[in-house]
Amino acid sequence: MSSVHVGPAWSLSAFPQPSDGFGWGNECVSPTHQPRSLLALALKNIDYETVAINLTKDGGQQFSEEFQALNPMKQVPALKIDGITIGQSLAIIEYLEETRPTPRLLPRDPKKRAQVRMVSDLIASGIQPLQNLSVLKQVGQENQLTWAQQAITSGFNALEQILQSTAGRYCVGDEVSMADLCLAPQVANADRFKVDLTPYPTISHINKSLLALEAFHVSHPCRQPDTPPELRA
Amino acid sequence: MQVGKPILYSYFRSSCSWRVRIALALKNIDYETVAINLTKDGGQQFSEEFQALNPMKQVPALKIDGITIGQSLAIIEYLEETRPTPRLLPRDPKKRAQVRMVSDLIASGIQPLQNLSVLKQVGQENQLTWAQQAITSGFNALEQILQSTAGRYCVGDEVSMADLCLAPQVANADRFKVDLTPYPTISHINKSLLALEAFHVSHPCRQPDTPPELRA
Repeated sequence: MSSVHVGPAWSLSAFPQPSDGFGWGNECVSPTHQPRSLLALALKNIDYETVAINLTKDGGQQFSEEFQALNPMKQVPALKIDGITIGQSLAIIEYLEETRPTPRLLPRDPKKRAQVRMVSDLIASGIQPLQNLSVLKQVGQENQLTWAQQAITSGFNALEQILQSTAGRYCVGDEVSMADLCLAPQVANADRFKVDLTPYPTISHINKSLLALEAFHVSHPCRQPDTPPELRA
Repeated sequence: MQVGKPILYSYFRSSCSWRVRIALALKNIDYETVAINLTKDGGQQFSEEFQALNPMKQVPALKIDGITIGQSLAIIEYLEETRPTPRLLPRDPKKRAQVRMVSDLIASGIQPLQNLSVLKQVGQENQLTWAQQAITSGFNALEQILQSTAGRYCVGDEVSMADLCLAPQVANADRFKVDLTPYPTISHINKSLLALEAFHVSHPCRQPDTPPELRA
């Protein structure tokens, strides 16, 4: 997927997260921040370079001085584009939307845009941060699975209800939006933490439709330059 | 077509609710408050009535223009798009990205890790340390980022959505006794913000549901 380009080069710090860090089998695990930005780049047909930042190797490459100078949040993703560096996946996506507006990732109508942002934020603020790597480290290994499951089920309970009024083929209506870019990676995380998805038919159905799309396929963590061989699709 | 004033479901002490209160004040939008007490009656956000309105069972929620929006930043961006003056986001896309980055750093990277429901889960004896850790970790990064984005406020010299996130988070830091000495840029910006009318009228100590002992 990674390629070098003549002219502006966009570097995206990206990582797959090895499953052996938590000892829960070898299925392809999915971090959630990184796929959102990769999905946006794929949907908008933006070529980019990947600089892999492994979150568990070498004590966590995100803590290196070099990366910290680039992105003080010590998190991925960070996108270097148009002479600036942007952290935070939704800020990245909104910037891409404003500067490379087609295809759209946000509807035109402000009320629908609000729904897209609400769903996106529910996931990006309400679920993912509670089950990310640094928080799970803090709760301790023996509590991690329960903690992560609680964060996800709690969030999905709300999300399922909201989607019942906003969803068409996708999270909001019938066009892929930023909300969908948040949903698919979060469902992958749910699978990783063995959350039963039976109570969430709307979430499951939308996720299935998304995974059939090319952009969701090529940007999947199983197919990245730094995907370890044992996790490669 | 708007029928009646917007209704804000808010808790006086909720930093996320405060963000929206500031936005409404800055944009001179008149609204009604329905107070949702997060600790009383087992937490009024869990009532069936409120859950039907906002399945996330969180504040803030804003009923406006015939819809109900949850998530403070989604609310603020909607207000910005439908009531564009005064601006809460700059015109330039790169500066807008900086505003959103700072806002998200706080709204995704700090606040959710020290909100009421998470603190309940970590247990009373761990709460203070946990909250302090979340805030200092986030403020360490934020201080560094602001050193390149800030002017008088978080991004340049105009108040933006980022500032609406900052002041309430600093109030939370105070509440959890986080030492702000390592964060001169954060402290300085916060001081400038608290001098502004909109941050003053929307302050937790002046809300309809502020308990008497905490009222200014």
